[in-house]
This record gives sequence, C-alpha cells and structure tokens, in this order.
Amino acid sequence: MPDNSVAVVPSTAHHDNPALLHHFASEQQQKDSADLGMWIFLATEVMFFGGLFCAYLIYRRWYYGDFAAASSSIDAALGGTNTAVLICSSLTVVLAIWAAQTARRTLLIVMLILTMLFGCVFLGIKAKEYKDKFDEHHVPGASFSFEHQPIPGHPGEYANPVHAEIFFALYFVMTGLHALHMIIGLGIFTWLLWASWKGRFTPEYHTPLEVGGLYWHFVDIVWIYLFPLLYLIDRH
Amino acid sequence: MATAAVAPPVERENYLNKHYGVWSWLLTTDHKRISLLYLVSITFFFFIGGLFALLIRLELLTPAGDLVQADTYNKLFTQHGMVMVFFFLIPSIPAVLGNFLVPLMIGAKDLAFPRINLLSWYLYIIGGAMMLHCMLTGGVDTGWTFYVPFSTAFTNTKIVEAGLAIFVAGFSSILTGLNFIVTIHRMRAPGMTWSRLPLFIWAHYATSIIQILGTPVIAITIVLVAAERALHLGIFDPKLGGDPLLFQHLFWFYSHPAVYIMILPSMGIISEIIACFSRKRIFGYSFVALSSISIAVFGFLVWAHHMFVAGISVYAALIFSILSYAVAVPSAVKVFNWTATLYKGSIRYDAPMLYAFGFLGLFTVGGLTGLFLAALGLNVHVTDTYFVIAHFHYIMVGGAVMGYLGGMHFWWPKISGRMYPESWARLAALIVFIGFNLTFFPQFILGYVGMPRRYYQYPPEFQVLNVLSTAGATVLGVGYLLPMIYFLWSMRYGKPAPDNPWNAAGLEWKTPSPPTTFNFEQEPVVTWEAYNYEELDAPQHRQEAPVAR
Repeated sequence: MPDNSVAVVPSTAHHDNPALLHHFASEQQQKDSADLGMWIFLATEVMFFGGLFCAYLIYRRWYYGDFAAASSSIDAALGGTNTAVLICSSLTVVLAIWAAQTARRTLLIVMLILTMLFGCVFLGIKAKEYKDKFDEHHVPGASFSFEHQPIPGHPGEYANPVHAEIFFALYFVMTGLHALHMIIGLGIFTWLLWASWKGRFTPEYHTPLEVGGLYWHFVDIVWIYLFPLLYLIDRH
Repeated sequence: MATAAVAPPVERENYLNKHYGVWSWLLTTDHKRISLLYLVSITFFFFIGGLFALLIRLELLTPAGDLVQADTYNKLFTQHGMVMVFFFLIPSIPAVLGNFLVPLMIGAKDLAFPRINLLSWYLYIIGGAMMLHCMLTGGVDTGWTFYVPFSTAFTNTKIVEAGLAIFVAGFSSILTGLNFIVTIHRMRAPGMTWSRLPLFIWAHYATSIIQILGTPVIAITIVLVAAERALHLGIFDPKLGGDPLLFQHLFWFYSHPAVYIMILPSMGIISEIIACFSRKRIFGYSFVALSSISIAVFGFLVWAHHMFVAGISVYAALIFSILSYAVAVPSAVKVFNWTATLYKGSIRYDAPMLYAFGFLGLFTVGGLTGLFLAALGLNVHVTDTYFVIAHFHYIMVGGAVMGYLGGMHFWWPKISGRMYPESWARLAALIVFIGFNLTFFPQFILGYVGMPRRYYQYPPEFQVLNVLSTAGATVLGVGYLLPMIYFLWSMRYGKPAPDNPWNAAGLEWKTPSPPTTFNFEQEPVVTWEAYNYEELDAPQHRQEAPVAR
C-alpha cells in the first residue's frame, strides 16, 4: 500500500482551461458531472410535480363531472396556442445548442433570444388566462362562484361549485408552479445569452447551454402533461 | 507505546489553518470546512431540541400537569419533533460526516458541486432561522406531523412559517443528496470501482436516493398546506370535498423514508467501525452494500403503516403490513453481517467501537419492535401510545445518534488533527448507553399498558416508570454534554493525531490529519479491496505503531 503522504502544494498543473474547475481532472468529467446533476435535479422535479398530479388524479376520479365542467370554462384555444409556443421554444433551444456546437455565434444568440421571446409570449397568454378567471370569479377564495355550470354530456345537471373549486385550486397551483419554473428558466436563459454574447461557448465547451436546455425541455414537458389534463377533460 | 507521528515543529498547512477569518469560513467551498459549518449549526439545533425534550420529561415527572399548561406542552413536543427531525437527524450524518468523508473516501478533491454544497448550508441556516423565529414568536402545536384538517382549519399557531422553514431546509437536503450522487458516480479515483467503495459510501448513496426522491413530495405537500391555510382552498378539507387522508399519504411518502435518511448513514458508519476494530474485512460486503439500496427502495413502499387506524381499507393495510415486514430483511442482513464480522475478529474496545456495540443492541431492539408495529392487530392496540415513541427513539436516537457519535469519535482525529481523551470517551459512551435505555425502555412498558402519547398528565399508576424515564433523560443529557466538552477541549489540548491513529483501511486515512485543502497531493490510484485488514495487519505491511493514546 502507498505510504502516507504529507501534502505540501495542491496540484494545479492541469489548469489551462479557465472553465475547468479545480477539483475536476478533465473537461469530460466536469461535463458528465453537470449533465448528471441536472438529470437528478429533474428527477426531484418529477417527484415535486408528482405529488400534485397524484392529488389531481384522485379528485378527478372522484368528481369527474365537476372537473369536466370546470375544465370546459377555461380557454382551450389559448392553452393550445401556449402548447404550440412552448414546442417552438424547445426547437429553438435545440437549434441554439447546435449553433454552439458548430461555432455559429450569431445564430446561437438569435436562437436564445427567440427562446426567451417564446417564453415571454407563453407567460403573457398565461397572464391573460388568469385575468379572465379572476374576472369570472373562478379564483378559489371568498369571491369564488361557479353556479349553474352544466356538466358536459349530462344535460340538465350542474357542477357542484365546492368540487369545482378543488379543480381551480389545483389548476392555479399546478399552472402557477409551472409558470414559476418558466420565470426561473427565463432567468437562466438571460445568463446564457449574456455568456453567449461574451463568446464563452465553443464547440468544445458549451455545458451550461446543454444543462439549461435540459431544464427548459423539462418545463415544456410538464406543460405537455398539464395541457390535456387541465384543459381537455371531456372535450370532444 | 511510541507515538506514531511526532508533531512536526512547524504545523503543516491544512484545511484549517490555510486561511483565517470569518469570510474564509462563510464563503468557503471546501467540503471539509462546510462540514464543520454544519457541525456547529446542527449541534446548536440538537441542544435546542434537547432542551424541549428535557422540559417534556420534567413535565411528565408527576402525574398532574403542573409544570406547563396543556397548550405549552403541545408546542413543546411539536417543536422537539420538528427541530430534531428536520434540523438535526436528517442533516446530521450526511451533512457533517458525509460532507467531510465522501470526497476523501473516494479519492476526490471535493464534491462535484462545491458552490451548491455551500448553498445547501445557507438554505439550512435560512430554514433554521425561520424555525427559530417561528418558535420564539409562538411556535406550532400540531405535532411535527401537522396533520390536516387541524393544521389547516383549526389551530391558530404558525403553521405556514414552520412549513416554509421545513420547505427551505428540505431543499438543503435535496441539494446535498444530489451532490453526493453525482460525486459518487463521477468523482471516484482511478481503481475505486463500485465493489471497492467503502460501505459508508454505499450507505450515503442510498440515503441520497431517498433525499432526492422523497423530499420534493413533502415540499409540495407543504405548499398545498400553506395554500390551503392562507387561501382556504379545499384540497385536504373534508368540508370542502377534500381528502385529509391524501395529506397523510403524501406526508408519510416522504416522512417514512426519512427514517432511512437518518438510519442508513449511521449503518454506514457502523460498518466502517466494526471492520476496523475487529481487524477484519466486513463479512458479506456485497450483501451489506446492496441491503442499503434495498432498504432505500423498500422504504418507499411502506408509508401507509403509519395510517392503519386512519381509515384506509383493510386490504391496503394488509399489503402495507407485509411490505413493512419485508423491509426488515435487509436490515437483518446488515445486523447478521456485522455480528459475523465480529466473529473471530481481534476486537478492540475503543470508544467508537463501544458506540457501535451500543448501536447493534439498540437498533436490534428498535427494529424488532418495528415488526410488532407492522403487525396489524398489535398496531391497532399500541397506536399513538408510548410504545411507538419508544420504538422510534430506539431507531433514531439509539440507532442514528449512536452511529453519529461513534463516527464523530472515529473520525475526530482526521477532522481536528487531535486525539480525544479515550477514557472520558469510553465513559461517555457507557453513560449514553445506560441513560438511553433508562429513558426509553420504560416507555415500551408504559405504551403497552396504555399510556397515550402527547398528553401532559397521566394516571398516578404510571408514575414510577415515568420517573425512571425522566431520570434516564438526565443521565442521557450528561452523556451528550461530555463529548461536546472534551471535543472542544481536545481541539486545544488533545494530543496531535497521527495520520492514521486506528491503522484503518480507507483512503481518508492516507491523507494528513487534518487533510490539506485539496485532500490529495496526487490523485490516488486504488489497487486494493475495501477493508483489507488481513492484508494490512500481515507482518510485512505492519506499520511502526498502530495506536497512539
């Protein structure tokens, strides 16, 4: 077995790349660590939203008619537009990473700006939807009202406002947390844009773009699930 | 016996003396310094939680409720639980010893994300400050489980603030787990294969899995409770069509596996200590390693055994009962392998080993009474009695804290560069063991004969056992104060520690005591199996002197 060593000077020999942090042995190790770190973080996010999806599924099963009625009151056209906007933004993220890999700095910057633009459009439409719900007194709380709303497919039957309120509570918590993730994503992309502007990313080193992109895709995917679950209950 | 390493005339540079000043600590990204930041802060919360425990035991000295009022008593046991679970037990071993040792044991210079590591300490401190503020301005009276609808619709205490404190501290826990998993996957030194990893690492890997997959669920549960309380939503309120059982399912989905966050790292420590002080390779290495993983997996499938009387179906209860028995199998695998390691070992009775022995006995009692509780019929009989209290304190205090103290003694020479006073340490280990049993064994009997938990008065016939328990708590308190005093003492007056005072295997012992900032001068290359004690002790490898006292 090797002798115990008395360390004198920490080794700094391998550091010619400023982006390589001191405790990593190679660029590859650093990149692999960052990727794995983001994947694990996304696993925690799955569990975070998972609790909400679990609650949603239970109440949807219990109060299906009320949920369908409440779901019909939100604007599926706006939600559908937002779905398209987010899918486009995922495309621009992929193109941004491709631009970095192929050293196209201008394209990289354009794609990042486009991504953020799509993100802002999404949030704007979301804000409009929230305002509509507020005006219609569909926000849970003291002024909540959901009287005489027909249950789709059951003529003459009306939704129980108490149960519809649970739908709207879940709607606001789920889309609200999703919107919060979008805002955080915009923050991350602002930084990525700044770093791209400074020319930090090269075909060899663009780990932050990939990691930030993973996050953005994840937030998109959450919406891909939220949209049919919240907007499309019993719509034909 | 000669001292193994004579203290050099000039203190060599290490992580403690490289930089001085407050900011060199508060802005450090060195995992060893962050580990010490955690050590100081969790010790603080340990004593806060202990103070609440002391007040609880003083109140229960007499049958009448005479020391505090009922409301105050409710707050005492609530705060005791919240502080001990979320601010001491969960971070204790991973954040202190894990932080210090994971990179050292696998031959890395630091954790994969040093800045995130520092961030997680700040999150812990922010959460802790919120919890302190909450306690000082009124506290919470729901029990640490903050069950709905009491917590959302009835109590007037500071549920939202306490919940947010736990939410923030939870992210500290998630980030620590994330950091460990990435570090263990990506930062191992050449030759440090999975089958050569110390069992401490395996245990932390399993713990981290629970931290990253379980904690987010309690985070979202807290968000829902806070939203429900603040905005009067109906998600958990039966009056508004909500389901209070859903809360219990979500809560225990995290909070049962959380028990394994507390006990698994402790099991990792016990594996290290028993192998070292028996001078043997651990018996059944791969079984001990994989039992950690299977405890983590099974741990996620047993949560509803906390809900047998809550109104779940008998069929569901049966399934969860059987699954709860199943989780005993990997736990027993560990205990049997540890005892098999002791068999024909050259056993030494240093303080860490005394704690390990204490762990073996107390964890066995705690684990076996867990089987009692997993049995549906008996569970109904002893639900919400002191039997449950005694059971989980045998696991959390008798198991987790014994392991933590054993580990602190074992690695103190590495952490501080000083030896602790051995005879005092053995005495303290003995006091802790006696005090612990005196405190909690009577509670098994109390619970079995029907004393419920969370009451501040009780019938006079329970007094003798309660007095014994309170007396034990006092002894236990002395046992906890002693290490704190002599550890502090040893930092100044202890003998300088040699690099490897126990002649232990493991990469961490190949660094200087205390280690330098970057741990290893050169990247180590591992060519040996873990716990190669037979090889280490073979005559041609014997180093000059194995022990320094």
